[in-house]
Amino acid sequence: MKEVINLPVHSIEEEEYHINMGPQHPSTHGVLRLVVTLQGEIVKKLKPHCGYIHRGIEKMCEKDTYPQIIHLTDRMDYLSAHINNHGVCLLVENALQIEVPERVKYIRTIIDELTRIQSHQLWWASFGMDLGGLTCFFYGLRDREKILDIWEESFGSRLLHSYYTPGGLMQDIHPDFQKKVREFLKYFRKKIRDFDRILTGNVIFRERTCGIGYMSRETAINYGITGPSGRGSGWSCDVRKHHPYALYDKVEFREVLRDEGDTYGRYMVRMEEMRESMHIIEQLIDNIPAGDCSAKMKAVLRLPAGEYFQRVETARGELGIYCISDGNKTPLRMKFRTPSFINLGVLDHISREMKIADLVAIGGSLDLVIPDIDR
Amino acid sequence: MAFNIYDLTSFTRSIDQALYDWLPPVWALIVEMTIIGLTFLLFYALVGLILVYAERKVCAFMQNRVGPNRVGPYGIFQTIADFVKLLMKELVYIRNSDKLLFNIAPFIVIIASFMAIAAIPFAKGLHAIDFDIGILYVIAVSSLGVVGVLLAGWSSNNKYSLIGAMRSGAQIVSYELSVGLSLLTVIVLAGTMQFSQIVEAQSGGWFIFKGHIPAFIAFVIFLIASTAETNRGPFDLAEAESELTAGFHTEYSGIKFAFFFLAEYMNMFIVASIGATVFLGGWMPFHVPGWEGFNHVMDFIPPLLWYGAKTVFVIFLMMWFKWTFPRLRIDQLLTLEWKYLLPINLVNILIMSFIVLMGWHF
Repeated sequence: MKEVINLPVHSIEEEEYHINMGPQHPSTHGVLRLVVTLQGEIVKKLKPHCGYIHRGIEKMCEKDTYPQIIHLTDRMDYLSAHINNHGVCLLVENALQIEVPERVKYIRTIIDELTRIQSHQLWWASFGMDLGGLTCFFYGLRDREKILDIWEESFGSRLLHSYYTPGGLMQDIHPDFQKKVREFLKYFRKKIRDFDRILTGNVIFRERTCGIGYMSRETAINYGITGPSGRGSGWSCDVRKHHPYALYDKVEFREVLRDEGDTYGRYMVRMEEMRESMHIIEQLIDNIPAGDCSAKMKAVLRLPAGEYFQRVETARGELGIYCISDGNKTPLRMKFRTPSFINLGVLDHISREMKIADLVAIGGSLDLVIPDIDR
Repeated sequence: MAFNIYDLTSFTRSIDQALYDWLPPVWALIVEMTIIGLTFLLFYALVGLILVYAERKVCAFMQNRVGPNRVGPYGIFQTIADFVKLLMKELVYIRNSDKLLFNIAPFIVIIASFMAIAAIPFAKGLHAIDFDIGILYVIAVSSLGVVGVLLAGWSSNNKYSLIGAMRSGAQIVSYELSVGLSLLTVIVLAGTMQFSQIVEAQSGGWFIFKGHIPAFIAFVIFLIASTAETNRGPFDLAEAESELTAGFHTEYSGIKFAFFFLAEYMNMFIVASIGATVFLGGWMPFHVPGWEGFNHVMDFIPPLLWYGAKTVFVIFLMMWFKWTFPRLRIDQLLTLEWKYLLPINLVNILIMSFIVLMGWHF
């Protein structure tokens, strides 16, 4: 005789189930795995699993010299490659108390801002795609291509440049650099209006973003959310303003702050930041001073024993680089505080009780770069 | 056998007559059905391929791309190459799936769209069956497709597929109402549900012009609702690539996937045809009452061309907003239907009835 099993009876609404978003999923933009607990379509809990692209960059730094470390930082947040390089360069320069030539500062600032623009362009492209507007993707990439072309001409690479070296630059910029950048600014001032027309003003887009994934200012501070994601909640956290490096204390620019705290707020911060970046470049591009493109450096760099910390504002937030040196040519310990890793932490908090479609929008608005999470 | 491009009635009649003269009635009927079935099968495949190519080209032009341009002149054989590839692909069977339902789901979807073609009048005297309740038949048949979608999502044993299928169930059932009611608005004006008579009634002017503002509102609602019913962007929640990978057909491969793909495009063709027939006059040329010379010139263009041009126009509209708008969320989608389109539609019918009652239409 069969045994009768008494199964507990749940009503259908009560039952929760899990889905694995990723590691291969179109909207995680890489190998991030989110284990999402759902009730119907509503997200109840979310657990990110990272480590699928962990390369041990921090450990690798311990056996590399400082100029070599720069090449590893490219591979963290590949969309802010220049700014990551800048962080390491500043760390070494400050530790050795080297004053870099004025020309280098100008070029670095311009290229950092170009990096920010192209990163936000790609973010805009993929954010539009996350929301289902595939055309945005091509518009964003079309305009990003212009910046990559300028870069290719000057440094010979398009994604991972390692153009900055401690003390200066790898080589001088291409003679056409200034002309091309001016052309780009003129071009993109016109094209950014297209961006607004296709997404910002769209009713469906507003419906999908306004009030979705609300993050209060307190939450942003508690979770340490920096960059455009934090500024979308009204938290003034721009490293360029608070701890200026390169020429950021000389140029005039506005720190974009929005009070909405939702997906739309974070979206608008990035759109405004692209305009601000163009404004910064416009102030600098016409008066790059002549001079050397590098300071005199020793062949082997040895940092004096001690602890060093340097922060820079990447396109995703604050990148903190912490280094302990024992006086050798390689650091004893390197630690990167990468913005994407910290920003991922808040995803669970702000996407609870939202729909799956909202989770995709929120994830897009945090602008996560997966190699930056895993390092 | 008189072949007249402007009026195909005598042509189809003479074929019919010849068959009945030549064969016993039962055999004549069977032969006729076979001919029509084969013609539609061929037509189906051809239109599907052309539409896939057209969509790829249209979206390419909207996205600063060239689109397919390698296989054949302007890439016109690209879709055929894709189709051959899909035919030869391995059919992946998943463990723990409901085999029977999994296998019949694509057929249900494709049969539903296949049945709806039968009632469409392509030109004067060129349609398979001219029901006196043609519109009702089309609405009834096209709503069968959702069964296939639900079965596909359910039997795949995949959570993404299930979410997609449930979304599409809610979506199609809701938007079915709006499609029906917007067509009802025109039925009030036309006074008939027979497609041939609806087209005939538009000889003095297409219903979209004849019916004042209510007809135009009905056309817009029909366009929105039928896009939602065919699961196309911005209402493609059932597939929702960035959320659910591929929604209800995630687990399908090879020719079974091609069936879903083809059915989507054929459904688009069918709703565009119905929209063109009911609102834009079908194969009826553009006439302005009183302008005899102008009407005469318009009559020179064959009806088949008129029908084709109008259908292509509606299809282009649907492609246009698929490639421009972001996707809606499921609750917003249902809000749009139940809180906006449905009440507007009901009021619209009332206004239309009033206009017809008072004889205020043109």
